[in-house]
Amino acid sequence: MTKTADIQAIDPFEAALGVSDVKGRSPWEDAWHRLLKNRAAVYSAFIMAFIILLVVFGPMLISWESDFTDWDYTSTPPSFASGHWFGTDSVGRDIFVRTLEGGRISLMVGLVATIVSLLIGVSYGAIAGYFGGVADRVMMRVVDIIYALPFMFFVILLMVVFGRHIVLIFVAIGAINWLDMARIVRGQTLSLKNAEFIVAAKACGVGDWDIIRRHIIPNLLGLVMVYVTLIIPQVILIESFLSFLGLGVQEPMSSWGALVADGAQDMESAPWTLIVPSVFLTVTLYCFNFIGDGLRDALDPKDRL
Amino acid sequence: MDAPAPLLEVKDLDVGFDTPEGEVHAVNRLNFSIKPGETLALVGESGSGKTQTAMAILGLLAENGHMRGQALFKGQDLLKMTTPELNRYRGSEIAMIFQDPMTSLNPYLRIGKQMVEVVMHHQGRAKAEARARAVEMLRAVRIPDPERCFRQYPHEFSGGMRQRVMVAMGLLCAPDLLIADEPTAALDVTVQVQITHLMSELRKRSNTAIILITHDLGVVAGLCDRVMVMYAGEAVECGSVEQVYYDPKHPYTQGLLNSVPRLDRPEDMDLVAIAGNPPNLLALPEGCKFRDRCPRAFEACREKPPMQLTEDRHAYRCFLGDPK
Amino acid sequence: MNDRVLRVQDLGVDFKLREGGLLRHRTEILRAVNGVSFDLNAGETLGIVGESGCGKSTLARALLALIKPSRGRVLWLGEDLNKLDDEALRKKREDLQIVFQDPLAALNPRLTVRDIIAEPLWTFFPKIARVQVDERVRGMMKMVGLLPNQINRYPHEFSAGQCQRIGIARALVLNPKLVICDEPVSALDVSIQAQIINLLKDLQKKLNLSLIFIAHDLSVVKHISDRVMVMYLGKTMELADRANIYKRPLHPYTSAMIKAVPVPDPKLARAASDTGLTGDMPSPLEPPPGCVFHSRCPYSVERCELEVPPLRRMENGDWSACHRAEELDLTIGSEAQANKP
Repeated sequence: MTKTADIQAIDPFEAALGVSDVKGRSPWEDAWHRLLKNRAAVYSAFIMAFIILLVVFGPMLISWESDFTDWDYTSTPPSFASGHWFGTDSVGRDIFVRTLEGGRISLMVGLVATIVSLLIGVSYGAIAGYFGGVADRVMMRVVDIIYALPFMFFVILLMVVFGRHIVLIFVAIGAINWLDMARIVRGQTLSLKNAEFIVAAKACGVGDWDIIRRHIIPNLLGLVMVYVTLIIPQVILIESFLSFLGLGVQEPMSSWGALVADGAQDMESAPWTLIVPSVFLTVTLYCFNFIGDGLRDALDPKDRL
Repeated sequence: MDAPAPLLEVKDLDVGFDTPEGEVHAVNRLNFSIKPGETLALVGESGSGKTQTAMAILGLLAENGHMRGQALFKGQDLLKMTTPELNRYRGSEIAMIFQDPMTSLNPYLRIGKQMVEVVMHHQGRAKAEARARAVEMLRAVRIPDPERCFRQYPHEFSGGMRQRVMVAMGLLCAPDLLIADEPTAALDVTVQVQITHLMSELRKRSNTAIILITHDLGVVAGLCDRVMVMYAGEAVECGSVEQVYYDPKHPYTQGLLNSVPRLDRPEDMDLVAIAGNPPNLLALPEGCKFRDRCPRAFEACREKPPMQLTEDRHAYRCFLGDPK
Repeated sequence: MNDRVLRVQDLGVDFKLREGGLLRHRTEILRAVNGVSFDLNAGETLGIVGESGCGKSTLARALLALIKPSRGRVLWLGEDLNKLDDEALRKKREDLQIVFQDPLAALNPRLTVRDIIAEPLWTFFPKIARVQVDERVRGMMKMVGLLPNQINRYPHEFSAGQCQRIGIARALVLNPKLVICDEPVSALDVSIQAQIINLLKDLQKKLNLSLIFIAHDLSVVKHISDRVMVMYLGKTMELADRANIYKRPLHPYTSAMIKAVPVPDPKLARAASDTGLTGDMPSPLEPPPGCVFHSRCPYSVERCELEVPPLRRMENGDWSACHRAEELDLTIGSEAQANKP
């Protein structure tokens, strides 16, 4: 009465299609398509790309140099006539060029500190979470202790001992930021550890380091990416805060934070010196946040972030 | 002899969902009815649309869902009602119990409070009266020491006990219709049998009509009067439980009955499986939706098969047996 | 057929749970598996059945040394798996494989079908050529009923039944001798369950596998097992030949489980008698004294509460852990009552 092709699970339609291999659609591709549908994230990405291009290439195209003091036009509001599109500060330096170069520093700090915290945090957290037991406890207590140290105290100490070098800023910020990443990665590893495909790998004799490399880390990447887009703005803000307090980059280098600090002093007489860098800073932070939100939505929890 | 008017009549029900991958057709032009006091089973596997049918009737579809058609309960169309209007029916005249009792009960409230709330809201009784009614229902579902149970929290109970509480809550206001969505799926076998016995008893005592949604053919056999088999959002067979089990007409029903492991058949008899995979609701085939898996499909199956009706009101949607 | 491959002796797995607050806490011991013994021969299928809390999943992992047992031994081809060092144990894994309950969760969502099925090959044969791997993977896919041209796809692109086939292919790629199937069809639709059960039967014959098939009700194992073991709260209640257990069980719990399975036949279902069980499943943390089943057993007597019944061999070669196994007649369909002393 019934045919015995019950062993076959083949869609007859597919069977008719022929023998060449079908291309697979990885969960990353699915997430990418979902992300592209998120307008806020896509616009933010374009705006970010534009700002990055401006920041990298702008200063080369603008006729003014960032340390050139134009005595003819000190504290001038933005105007096309003067050639200073965004005005000048109290010593006659062009705000536009200063802002763009400051952007280079701010974004670089964001990028480098994030990469440092990624590399250290992800491996630290994955190892602690996967191996568990005493190793985990010790490693996490180390994190707790460092976390408890007052950050500002640490930074000031570094500045006092080593002077205000820009690399120190990277070190200081990176040294604190990996802690959050480590905790998050450890938490996710703990829940992944008991997933059946991990048990399956162990049952097939796959070694621990291979499991971490092949099974755990790829399944963490989604979550990590989301956090990276949230950490970058955090780092930029921290650097801005440090600069605002006078602990950040030294003259003649500038960052958005330092510019905002300078601008705040002349707020009443020359508001554009505050507004221009603030707008750049704020727009950048918003963009990263929207991209981060978009990523979170695109990386559906069903796909096991 | 006049047949009693149907309690619930569903006409041409269509349910669809908008998803990023396209439109999912969960239910396609479904028609069925249930009489007062009758027990009807909606049987099907994943993708059959049985749960979404119930959700649509009670207005519980997800945000991205839309529906068309009619669901006439005592003559009133539930699908056209607003939420406040529906709320008068939900819980009092139509009750629903769900599959997982763990998530259906509020873990932060004591059982008693949750039950009393229902009675006071729908029947406007005073607290003391409502409490008495709740305890009475707990006793009816054979919970030992109902007074004590009243004061406890859901997590203090086992799965079977929680499901009994759900049944008690469902029946608190003596609804005319109870919809039970896979009430035994999450339970152990020995507990499952207690719940089905319970429902069988309650069915005899009150005149509540029950729509039982399940994939378990065994549970249906013991509990229901009529069965409707669903596949890919459509009804493929509908009849009394004896008709469907002893004389299944649709190849899917036949396949299901043959592929279920059964204790009443000799063990060396092979299980005969249904070939192929469950339907993909994003891309349903034209014509008969079962034809890709049907061992008896032929040319004509590319067209939509008509619903055939035998003399004793046993309906099935297939070309086989059609004199044409 | 009479060469024994697996011997389990008095296996026990305990879990320590700490309860309580900051100042006082008690350590409770959960005996998930409490003294299980059985043998398995080459090419044989043992069905293990039990409800929640009976310890069957823990047992499956202990058999593969994925969990360290607290007591007892697991002897594979004569060697005690838990006495082997890490490297030696790893080598044994070639022979011992497992298929899981949740088909989708058992597959890494970021890997293609090829990578999933090939992983065991790379692990044991790191120098193996890509072409060979490809050939073997495609061969396995055909064997389990999947189209080889799907080899580059990802798990989420398949149905649950197909994912289970991928899991089976992965388990078989190294030509194991024993495959433990931990509720392999529980998460599947009814119509797909039969496909997978038939597939496993077919593969067992073709590859002469020994199978342990774990399920939560007796009807599922009926078609595939040679012998059936029934567990309750970590202990074996009955271990019997398939031909006997369904006709005349030797333990009241088995009889209750048989009666509890709803039969898809209206006349039979309506006439079905009650299981006779009273009460709910006790918590595994507080198992009843004596026979763990006595608190729900319709035939229990005083002795059942005082003495733990050992798993004894009956006349027909089957085993039962019931004090009253000889005197009770639990033949299905006509239960001669001999329950009150």
